Amino acid sequence: MKIQTKQFNIINVFRRIDGLTVLLYLTLVLMGWFNIYAAVLNENSSGIFDVSYKYGKQMIWIIASIIIAVSLIIIDSKFYSILAYPSYIFMLLILLAVIFMPSAKGQSSWFVIGDFKIQPAEFAKITTALVLSRYISGYNIKITEWKHLKRIAAIIGIPIILIALQPDMGTTLVFASFLLVLYRHGMPGWVLVAFAISILIFSFSFIFSPLYVSIVALSVLFIFLLFSISYHRISYKIVVPTLLSFSLPWVVVYYYNIDFSEFLLFLISFVALVIPLIVYSYRKKIATLFIIFIIGLGSISFSYSVDYMFHNMLQDHQKTRINVLFGLESDTQGVEYNVIQSKIAIGSGGFDGKGYLQGTQTKHNFVPEQSTDFIFCTVGEEWGFVGTSVVIFLFLFLLIRLVILAERQRSIFSRVYGYSVASIFFFHFMVNIGMTVGLMPVIGIPLPFFSYGGSSLWAFTILLFIFVKLDADRDILIY
Amino acid sequence: MDLSYRKYIIIIIFSLVSILFIARFFYIQVIDTSYQLDATNNSQRFIVEHPARGLIYDRYGNFIVANEAAYDLMAVSGQISHLDTAALVDLLEIDKKTFVTRLSKASGNRYKPEAIVNQISAQTYINLQENLHRFPGFYVQVRSVRKYPYKSAGILLGYIREVDKKDIENDPYYKQRDYIGKRGIEEMYEKHLRGFKGGSYQVVDVHGRVKGKLKEGKFDKPSILGKSITTTLDIELQNYGEQLMKNKIGSIVAIQPSTGEILALISSPSFDPNMLVGRGLSSNYNKLKSDTLFPLFNRAIQGDRYPPGSTFKILNALIALQEQTISPQYRVRCNMGYNAGRFHVDCHDHLSPINLTQSIQMSCNSYYCTIFRGLLDNPKYENVTEAYKVWRKHATSFGLGSRLGIDLYGEQPGFIPRPSYYDHYYGEHRWKSLTIVSLAIGQGEIGMTPLQLANLSAAIANRGYFFTPHLIKSLQDTVIDKKYRTRHNTTITAEQFEPVIEGMYNVVHGGPGATARYIAIPGIEMCGKTGTAQNPHGENHSIFTAFAPKENPEIAIAVYVENAGYGSTWAAPIASLLIEKYLTDTIHPSRIWIENKMLQSNLLEKDEDTN
Repeated sequence: MKIQTKQFNIINVFRRIDGLTVLLYLTLVLMGWFNIYAAVLNENSSGIFDVSYKYGKQMIWIIASIIIAVSLIIIDSKFYSILAYPSYIFMLLILLAVIFMPSAKGQSSWFVIGDFKIQPAEFAKITTALVLSRYISGYNIKITEWKHLKRIAAIIGIPIILIALQPDMGTTLVFASFLLVLYRHGMPGWVLVAFAISILIFSFSFIFSPLYVSIVALSVLFIFLLFSISYHRISYKIVVPTLLSFSLPWVVVYYYNIDFSEFLLFLISFVALVIPLIVYSYRKKIATLFIIFIIGLGSISFSYSVDYMFHNMLQDHQKTRINVLFGLESDTQGVEYNVIQSKIAIGSGGFDGKGYLQGTQTKHNFVPEQSTDFIFCTVGEEWGFVGTSVVIFLFLFLLIRLVILAERQRSIFSRVYGYSVASIFFFHFMVNIGMTVGLMPVIGIPLPFFSYGGSSLWAFTILLFIFVKLDADRDILIY
Repeated sequence: MDLSYRKYIIIIIFSLVSILFIARFFYIQVIDTSYQLDATNNSQRFIVEHPARGLIYDRYGNFIVANEAAYDLMAVSGQISHLDTAALVDLLEIDKKTFVTRLSKASGNRYKPEAIVNQISAQTYINLQENLHRFPGFYVQVRSVRKYPYKSAGILLGYIREVDKKDIENDPYYKQRDYIGKRGIEEMYEKHLRGFKGGSYQVVDVHGRVKGKLKEGKFDKPSILGKSITTTLDIELQNYGEQLMKNKIGSIVAIQPSTGEILALISSPSFDPNMLVGRGLSSNYNKLKSDTLFPLFNRAIQGDRYPPGSTFKILNALIALQEQTISPQYRVRCNMGYNAGRFHVDCHDHLSPINLTQSIQMSCNSYYCTIFRGLLDNPKYENVTEAYKVWRKHATSFGLGSRLGIDLYGEQPGFIPRPSYYDHYYGEHRWKSLTIVSLAIGQGEIGMTPLQLANLSAAIANRGYFFTPHLIKSLQDTVIDKKYRTRHNTTITAEQFEPVIEGMYNVVHGGPGATARYIAIPGIEMCGKTGTAQNPHGENHSIFTAFAPKENPEIAIAVYVENAGYGSTWAAPIASLLIEKYLTDTIHPSRIWIENKMLQSNLLEKDEDTN
């Protein structure tokens, strides 16, 4: 039994925290600060410490963040578990309250107190992560069980709904990152696959015709089928009746030149599949074949319904927005403008960049939102490919380090929380950087530690340092 | 169930996304270089520096085209505040509605200056400048426009205007709002006159605000001034010619025979080049373009369907002498015309029989029909076609039937039919000397531009050679085109010219029967030939070609006055006045009456009367 004086405990805790994580954090935060300076700089600007400019303010946020980080480490780690539910409930109330705040740009996402603005949704991620960790670490909780799944869905769903009401689409989508956490803690892998597939199918159904999407999806599934056949040591004889029953309706229709809708044809094919595939999988008790069948049917139905909804249920301006998102239509002054300018800034950086504070696109404000959502353009333009790769690798190191730390936790609470931190960072990293080079739709979410803004920096700091503290106390069982 | 393997899957997901990003960044930052260019276009602006356009002088160094400041009212829409539109419109003396529409058109970019009113007059500018402080966001930009101190030679000088879409497509040197020379010397010598644009690269921000020079002006280049041109024109002579041709249709070409330099080239009706300057440019241009007398049609070089009439006789005399089918002493009897079977060409009452020199002096049709047929039917040639080929070879050696190559666009070649033309018309060997005998007296199928006629005169004045007529005398430090310094020899040897020149001398200075005696200038030995050309457009064209002095000629001239009657009535006096003016700089008191008559007569009205 350890009996320690408080003084001793504090010194000890600083020895036990993971230095690498803190180093990565400080590196990213400082890089962020320098890039904000570069992004905001103009001929009137004074030094980087001038607090009347964004970079000066960011410096204050950084100092405050470090104080917050230190405080979080001093606080007893059990508090995070104990305070999980109260802080979660409190945050829901705040989220509810902010909906009734005066809106800016059609969004009510901010509490404004004098000069001070705070965005509660950024902090809701933390409380949700804490409650999720607390719940999953509870006794005999199984994600696969329906009654537990309902609770988990509620924990994540309620803040999603409240944030969606602001409406803040970006932060809402961030909550999808919890899927990775759930996956690590027992959610079946196919949910993740189905989620990824449905996003792909959703996107591709706009870009290509549903017929092509269906053919590609089925081909992929067919390869899976072959794999699972060899995996489960099933006789290859099943392949022939499967292919035959699937293609028979198509052959008939084309041979007799019958006018038939593609989707109906797919449905008939799947019905025809029931006998060879489902009956076989039922008799042999192999769930994989059944799942492949369901996924196949699901993707095709999804693809056709997306196509149907797009053509029959959306207004023209909504169609335009979606088309622009998928690059099917040009809107060089609107949504696409940001991405074009962002790509120009990044692309013009070349291999080794134009040099710090030398970015012409950045300095003369060609990129919109360049100190917040598009801060990565400054990195790309002034530091070139070298800079972008370094930052991407730093993030990747941090993410992997967080996974490693999470895995070494004794407490499930700490592990779930660790995965939450990694997943949230990953989601921001993926969407923000992807958006600057047109790989992701333009969803306004910040790049952790880089984007200007007190709320997001503090929220990411708190998110990270709670876990740093939990990791420091990894020998103590927390639940 | 052990799920710890899933950490690897999660790490793989993280890594795959990172690798995808790195690949993407590698592509857009390292492989695809188009973004670098886009960034340059985004952030740099080339501020053009327009050099002053070259000036144009006449042969004595008088300015004929100068530059003058023009004032454009510019507006930066982002800086306009409390605009008193009514007051500004009053100052500008323009329509309020036009002003408002132009201003709203220019409001696209809040930071970019746009021209609202082009080429404000100097007086308006003075008034405006005093009051401009009342209109924030507006300023005046000075540009240079053309100014013509002499109100003549419009068709020779051409004009300048802003480039249109087509000009930019044809030559990427031009950018919007640049000026380009059109027609005349301005177009011909555009590349020399315009100079070369220079400019500086400026760094601009997203709003187009200038943020400084790129790399301290390392890439800036100075503009190169346009070259000034000295023309061969005698602008006073040109001006005088245009005055004499006032209210007459036709043209005049005066050439210095020893060099081919064009002293004056007039196409009447002429127009004041100042019409095509400034705000009136497009409306005046359209006015000129739709004028029924076609002032934009340069008759002197484009009018190639003019029959030369009797002036052509001198060429026929030369060819016959050269081919030795006649001698100068060859005499022909004329009894009021030429008869060959049922064919008849009228002639007037004159002494008979006459020799070659007299035939020119009296412009005898019979003489030329006889010697022309004599040439074509001469047994020394295989047949008429071969003889005609020889005749044609001599004619074309004077630059007839093809473009002479004057430095103006639009010159027409004139027409001296090839044998094949007649073959086509009448069938091969089915045409005889009689068929084409009208060529003998300068009628029929042939056509000559006034320039070609003047050049013919110049070649005769030179006794057998000419220089390609041209307008360029010198071009600052550039040597003028070699083709204007090359002597073209005709196929007629020098000694053949003397009897012909003697005849031309007698036309002016001869005894009874000379066709243009009254135009003789005291103290100047002038050689000339009248022509009265029948044409399908009405009354005869009055034609006269001449050179003077007889020895060491300084000026050769051709004058056409369309549908005016006898060559001696209009063209001859006008030619003599120009020659006198050029050689003596004044008009002899005894000839003032001729000058007055020419200046005052209005052949256009006469036309209307007869109609």
